[in-house]
Amino acid sequence: MQNGIGILLIFLILTDLLLLGSSRLRNAIRIAAAQGVALGLLPWLAHGHLTGAALLLGAGSAALKGVVFPALLNRALREIHVRREIEPLIGYIPSLLIGTGVLAAAFAFGARLPLPWESPSPLLVPAGLFTLWTGLFLIMARRKAITQVLGYIVMENGIFALGMVVVEAMPLLVELGVLLDVFVAVFVMGLLVFHINREFDHIDADQLDALKEGVP
Amino acid sequence: MGVSAASWIHPVLALALSPLLPGVINRVKAFFAGRNGPPLLQGYHDLWKLFRKGGIASRTTTWVFRAGPLVNFACLLAALAVMPLGAVSAPLPFDGDWLLMAYLLGLGRFFTVAAALDTGSSFEGMGASREVQFAVFAEPALLIGLAALARETQSLSLSPIYAGLAAGGELPLRILLGAGFFILYLAENCRIPVDDPNTHLELTMIHEVMVLDHGAVDLGFIQWGAALKLWVLGALWAGLLPLGALPGPLVRLAAGAGAILALAILTGMVESVTARVRLLRVPQLLVGAGVLCALGLLLTFR
Amino acid sequence: MFVHYAMPLEGIYLFGLLAGALALLAVSGVGSLLAGRWSERWAVVLGAGGAGVACGAGLAGAIGALLCRVDLTVARPWRMPYGEFRLGLDPLSAFFLIPLFLLSGLAALYAIGYFRPWKGRNPGRFWLFFNGLVASMALVVAARNGVLFLAAWETMTIASFFLVIFDEADSRSAHAGWIYLVATHLGTALLIGLFVLLGSGAGSQDFGTYAAPAGMAGGLFVLGLAGFGTKAGLYPLHVWLPEAHPAAPSPVSAVMSGVMIKTGIYGIVRLLVILGTVPGWCAWLVLGIGAASGILGVLFALAQHDLKRLLAYHSVENIGIIALGIGLGMLGVHAGMPVLAALGFAGGLLHVLNHAIFKGLLFLGAGAVAHATGTRDIERLGGAMKRMPWTGAAFLVGSAAICGLPPFNGFASEFLIYMGAFKAILGSGSAALGGVTVVTALALIGGLAAACFAKAFGIVFLGEPRSAAAAAAREVGGSMRAPMAVLAALCLAIGLLAGTVLRAMDPVVAMLAGNPSTVAAPGAVWVLMPATLFGVLALLLGGLLLLAALRRRLLAGRANRETVTWDCGYAAPAASMQYTATGFAQPLTQAAEGILRPRVESQLPQGVYPASGAYHADTPDVARRMLFDPLFRAAAERLGQLRWLQQGRVHWYVFYLVAVLALLLGWALWA
Repeated sequence: MQNGIGILLIFLILTDLLLLGSSRLRNAIRIAAAQGVALGLLPWLAHGHLTGAALLLGAGSAALKGVVFPALLNRALREIHVRREIEPLIGYIPSLLIGTGVLAAAFAFGARLPLPWESPSPLLVPAGLFTLWTGLFLIMARRKAITQVLGYIVMENGIFALGMVVVEAMPLLVELGVLLDVFVAVFVMGLLVFHINREFDHIDADQLDALKEGVP
Repeated sequence: MGVSAASWIHPVLALALSPLLPGVINRVKAFFAGRNGPPLLQGYHDLWKLFRKGGIASRTTTWVFRAGPLVNFACLLAALAVMPLGAVSAPLPFDGDWLLMAYLLGLGRFFTVAAALDTGSSFEGMGASREVQFAVFAEPALLIGLAALARETQSLSLSPIYAGLAAGGELPLRILLGAGFFILYLAENCRIPVDDPNTHLELTMIHEVMVLDHGAVDLGFIQWGAALKLWVLGALWAGLLPLGALPGPLVRLAAGAGAILALAILTGMVESVTARVRLLRVPQLLVGAGVLCALGLLLTFR
Repeated sequence: MFVHYAMPLEGIYLFGLLAGALALLAVSGVGSLLAGRWSERWAVVLGAGGAGVACGAGLAGAIGALLCRVDLTVARPWRMPYGEFRLGLDPLSAFFLIPLFLLSGLAALYAIGYFRPWKGRNPGRFWLFFNGLVASMALVVAARNGVLFLAAWETMTIASFFLVIFDEADSRSAHAGWIYLVATHLGTALLIGLFVLLGSGAGSQDFGTYAAPAGMAGGLFVLGLAGFGTKAGLYPLHVWLPEAHPAAPSPVSAVMSGVMIKTGIYGIVRLLVILGTVPGWCAWLVLGIGAASGILGVLFALAQHDLKRLLAYHSVENIGIIALGIGLGMLGVHAGMPVLAALGFAGGLLHVLNHAIFKGLLFLGAGAVAHATGTRDIERLGGAMKRMPWTGAAFLVGSAAICGLPPFNGFASEFLIYMGAFKAILGSGSAALGGVTVVTALALIGGLAAACFAKAFGIVFLGEPRSAAAAAAREVGGSMRAPMAVLAALCLAIGLLAGTVLRAMDPVVAMLAGNPSTVAAPGAVWVLMPATLFGVLALLLGGLLLLAALRRRLLAGRANRETVTWDCGYAAPAASMQYTATGFAQPLTQAAEGILRPRVESQLPQGVYPASGAYHADTPDVARRMLFDPLFRAAAERLGQLRWLQQGRVHWYVFYLVAVLALLLGWALWA
């Protein structure tokens, strides 16, 4: 079991690095979907026993992240005719370098974090933190709004992974709530992206500062 | 000095004798002017005439106009129920009846003002505006004066207050409150120096103009009500005189009535020798009355 | 007659009524919103019906709880940190629930007719927020846990905010809502501080374990007074009242003015119960603020010519009167004079109930007039009594009640406060000084209020209409008239039966003033409203009826004519020649010019035969102009220097978040 979860977590970290370095949006969506499906296995791998709730949770989140989110995002992509992320705010090489540095920091944090319970794997906290940070980085450092939506999904994946540590089996209601929140966010953001594109003819989020209040 | 049969004489006496008061005032003024003047019983003649006439009202008015004089009269009747005279207790005294009396006067005034505004006349609006302005300054003065009396006699009802005053009480307090209450008496009853009841110019009227459009039975109630107000506020002032030494409630009542008549004579004299104060100075006059009452209150703190 | 101990079973039933009412309000609000997308009628039925039934049940429960002297607490765990779903029903809460449910239910009935012309919009939007407001107010009054209290408080604020800006067509209402939101949140911030400090001793937010840290009772009371006073509308924290109350639809104004600001008073009184003893200077503070609110409130009301703004300033005045009563009670507790304490608190609390009734009545009446004529400007109204006789009669009752005139309910509460003040004057020392302050302040307030309402009632309802809109007014429908009639009847009933009401209020007063058995006789407060008083009031009413009958008998069979008003021989009298509202109040507003600081635009008549002249006076709130506007402007300037942080780009904002979080995490782990 230790090996299984270890492999999963390393897969998680690798997908994060891929996301940091990729510029093609279709691929990024696929990678994030794969991440989500893999994480669906995490409750079972983390705690060994297969409760009904864990099964439902895993299957549900895998379906949502593996099927529904990519479908919504791809539809948005089709509507607005965007293929690539062009000229990100922080280039791909610097992103990867920063990512590596943050990974090291995540390991350091993970070692010092006082946990009330025994973690199922020493990799769990660093992988969760790194995934969380990757999601935030995507929001911060990319221009296209679609990438920001993706970053939000990746962030939730990180939270989900971290959650495996804190409770025996994450309370069904809390996880369902988080999923609902993400679903709504994706839905809304998808709509928003569509409308922003219609209004401004582009979805460059860095141009949105045109909406900022004028300096008095 | 509790409620006795004699207590019920006071309201009857008031109703019967109050129309005499305007007659007395007018007679005194005529005397000072070297005229003969209207007969003393003119008030009764006027009431008899008015209550036999047919009604007239403006098309603009509503039931508020008709209710005004009635409410005013009813308020004064109720005030008589709590007002003692000559140290004889009122028929229905209770702790706090001074407040009821002050607010009954206010209720009467509110409805008189409403009836005035109901006619849609600018004259009456003017009178109403001035009337409420004076009331703002007169009410605190009245209540502070009553507070002084309450503290001096350590009681909370008008009848024991005046009974206590009749028995004993400082002379300076009586003088200060007597002056203050006299100014309030002149103000509330619209006498010179606050208002001239004999003027013909609507622009200078205050109380007279508020009742300009009333006629017949309504005017009868208004005039009788005005006379009652002279009586009630006169009783308030008359209680400051040391009448307790007299024997028997009936004698005291008679003495009280006599004091009220004497006050009417004094009013006539004041009306004859002073001129009307400028409209803008009336609030100052009323604040002066308030200061006198406050001084009286301060005296009781020694 | 009244049960003197709480039988647990009755308490549970009554509490169940209250809980059921809350649940029904929530469900009907949401249901109305959903139903409104298909059928407007069903939205109204669900929303108004739910509100009506819930308020009826809640009212029954509250009255029953007060009469049976229920005192119980129900707690359920809640997953909020420090939070607990702890509700209580004691005499104080039950007393404040009574005006809440009464006025809300009647306002709901009124709103049915009020919103009928607003076709084509989902009525469910209104009912969702209205029912939410009522439910959250009830929750505030019943909460016994700090976190629950604040959550309900905030819900109340948000629900009322959405109701204030409900009329989207009016641009002023958005501005008013903004001011309201800012002011209320400033107050809430103070309250959060208060609750944190109170709970710091025992480490829990349960009202039962609240205690003031040593020596801080006075400071905490001031904090609570400021926080709750913002909601109540005490001067100078009242600046949102004259903006928000006129902007809201009239049924909402009635509920806000009649009930919502009373939750501020409830907070102050509950704080007194929690703190137990406060230093003596707190009583003086309350008295001073009460006097200032009362006098300044009515002075500003005099200068307004928007009918609802006038009524809003009167709410400030009446909160001042309530504060005077409470201050007098606190003075009595401090000076060891239980009778004074009982009178003061009884007067203040009875005025809470009375004000809810007559202020609700006045706002509903003003709403009816605005509904019928389309304007709130007094200078354009007039002659409404002839066209809207029921509304006019109800407004007259409300005006007389708010001026404290007998035989209505305002007189009863002012009577108690005056009696307390006089009892204090009869005593010695500082209590006497307090009594003198109260008497002077109340007398001034009474005179000014009478002037103001003579103006409001007289100019709006009497005389000739001053504009075409006023002339075209018609009486409003039954659903709007019925609540006004009920409230007017209550004004008279409570005025005449004040003794009975006081007897029912005895447990509440005892909570604040001390054990009733120390007050001369068990439950002796109502003894201080002597039966003879009501005898004289009955005499007044009876005499009035007799006189009316006499007058009719005298005039019967005689020629009764109608003619025009005496116009001094002028050939063409017109409605514009009538006295205006500004003119009516001018002697008093001119005397108070230094305080009011009106902005006057005038064009005086020139020459011997002047062709035209104009005079317009505007009186914005002094506290806002002199105190808050400069304060906020200075704060905006200082904080504007931080503008460079606001890039307008999402990327930077997320970066700020992540950076701070990382710093915090690092600090937590390595420090």
